[in-house]
Amino acid sequence: MQIYLPIAELPISIFLVLGLSGAVGFISGLFGVGGGFLLTPLLIFLDIPPAVAVATVAAQVAGSSMTGVLTYWRRNALDFKLGGILVTGGIFGTIMGVLFFNSMRRLGQLELVITLSYVTLFTCIGGLMLFDAVRAALRDRRGKPARRLREAGSHPPWMGLPLRMRFPRSQLYASVIPIAALAVIIGFIGAVLGVGGGFMLVPALIYFFRIPPAVVVGTSLFQILVTMTGATVLHAVTNQSVDIILAMLLLVGGVIGAQFGGRAARNLNVSSFRLLLALLILSVGLRFAVELFLPPAEPYSVVVTEGAQR
Amino acid sequence: MRRAAFALATACLAVLAIVPAKAETLIAALSTHRIAIASNFTGDQLAVFGLVERDGRSVARADPYDIVVTVRGPQRMLIVREKERVGPLWINRTQRRFPDRSIYLSVATNRPIKEILSDEAARRDRIGLANAQRTQGSFDFEFDIGRFRDALIRTLEGKQLYSLDERGVTFLSPALFSSQIKIPAIAPTGPYEVEVLLYAGGSVLARQTTNFEVVKTGAEQSLASAAHDRPFLYGLATAVLALLFGWLATVIFRRD
Repeated sequence: MQIYLPIAELPISIFLVLGLSGAVGFISGLFGVGGGFLLTPLLIFLDIPPAVAVATVAAQVAGSSMTGVLTYWRRNALDFKLGGILVTGGIFGTIMGVLFFNSMRRLGQLELVITLSYVTLFTCIGGLMLFDAVRAALRDRRGKPARRLREAGSHPPWMGLPLRMRFPRSQLYASVIPIAALAVIIGFIGAVLGVGGGFMLVPALIYFFRIPPAVVVGTSLFQILVTMTGATVLHAVTNQSVDIILAMLLLVGGVIGAQFGGRAARNLNVSSFRLLLALLILSVGLRFAVELFLPPAEPYSVVVTEGAQR
Repeated sequence: MRRAAFALATACLAVLAIVPAKAETLIAALSTHRIAIASNFTGDQLAVFGLVERDGRSVARADPYDIVVTVRGPQRMLIVREKERVGPLWINRTQRRFPDRSIYLSVATNRPIKEILSDEAARRDRIGLANAQRTQGSFDFEFDIGRFRDALIRTLEGKQLYSLDERGVTFLSPALFSSQIKIPAIAPTGPYEVEVLLYAGGSVLARQTTNFEVVKTGAEQSLASAAHDRPFLYGLATAVLALLFGWLATVIFRRD
């Protein structure tokens, strides 16, 4: 069954979109990531114009993270104090990212920047996480604790910078400066790549600040919810490329998928959780690397410029 | 005096002999002038019907009639990029801009273009996918523009936006013909121009143009215009709807 998308200006199979967004929603609920980094490339692959894909996925990510936020909030696994700092930093990063995005577009090298950043970012983060997950699994087998336990008074040096704050829910007592800096960097990258940034935020909070994974996922979803709601409105105002019909279809699939993902997350132990997320991120990175390193079947591409539309 | 009268008479005869040769007129009509896009739109078709009218006094031609139907859709600026090898990477290096190119182009003829007219005439009369958008008397300033144009045609043909059908025009009688114009689902909205050319012996006898438009209707129309005319409200509505969906899902799936 096909439905015509008014903004993307093409018909699409309803069941295909529902299935796709359901699968991505499941992953998003499982890992506490927005899923935008998977959904956007998939939609572009289905011939939806990149601008429409990026803008519409923002709306979908906002909706599905809403579900996640409510679920984690009810389970008391959400740190609003930490989330507030992440959101504030994220806004600054996003503004800088949008400025960078526009200047690269003027130079005509935006596509290269996006592909290169996808490759480096995803293979690096995915590779590091995989390495860490495998090492933890090996330690586990030798009967040692999977990771060094936190001892009283011991912390990485960046947590001891000035402006220390207590985050009781996250069992964290750390300086605000590195947390805000992390949020700025992720906001910047997110705006340039058109992704929420949850896939970077979740591992960063776990590895750099040793926050319990359950709280990290809820807090990360909260940050994504706020940024992506803003991004939806901003995209609609600046480039009119939010497709409301596509957004609704993605949402129906996404929220249902996310429900099952969230349930599955409870039955998953921490080490296999990290291993799976690492493999997922690594494979997206490799997918973009293939595009960059292999000789293309068709070296030419045609771009239809917008603007002369009406 | 007699000489003059004789000259006049020959001139008249000569005119009479020439005028009927140009006496074909072409009448063409479309089955519709408006293709409406609703939510169930998956592409459409329309028919061109045409009649070659011959002046009663004209002599029958030795060459058969040929018909070329060219449809040119809305224009946009198109950019064609070429990937090249830079070290180990394949990246877009060269690009060519094609301003005011139709994103939709269809050419239908009753027999292969090569049999109807010469290559040179095809360029002059703008016949065929490569020639249809050539501006009169323009030169290719860049020597490699040809391969970019070929790539452009190849890509858009792959998306069924460009099409060439050399058996696309059917003669129902020696003077009556018809042709189908296929509008693919991803066809752009806007005005489309239909040009019908009548050929015989490799030269144009008559020309007729008409047009139709592809428009969004109903909900599609109101959503698209809302997105453009009230972008803030549209964005806000989408965001609120998205959050509502998210909340609704927790209510429906709540178990604890």
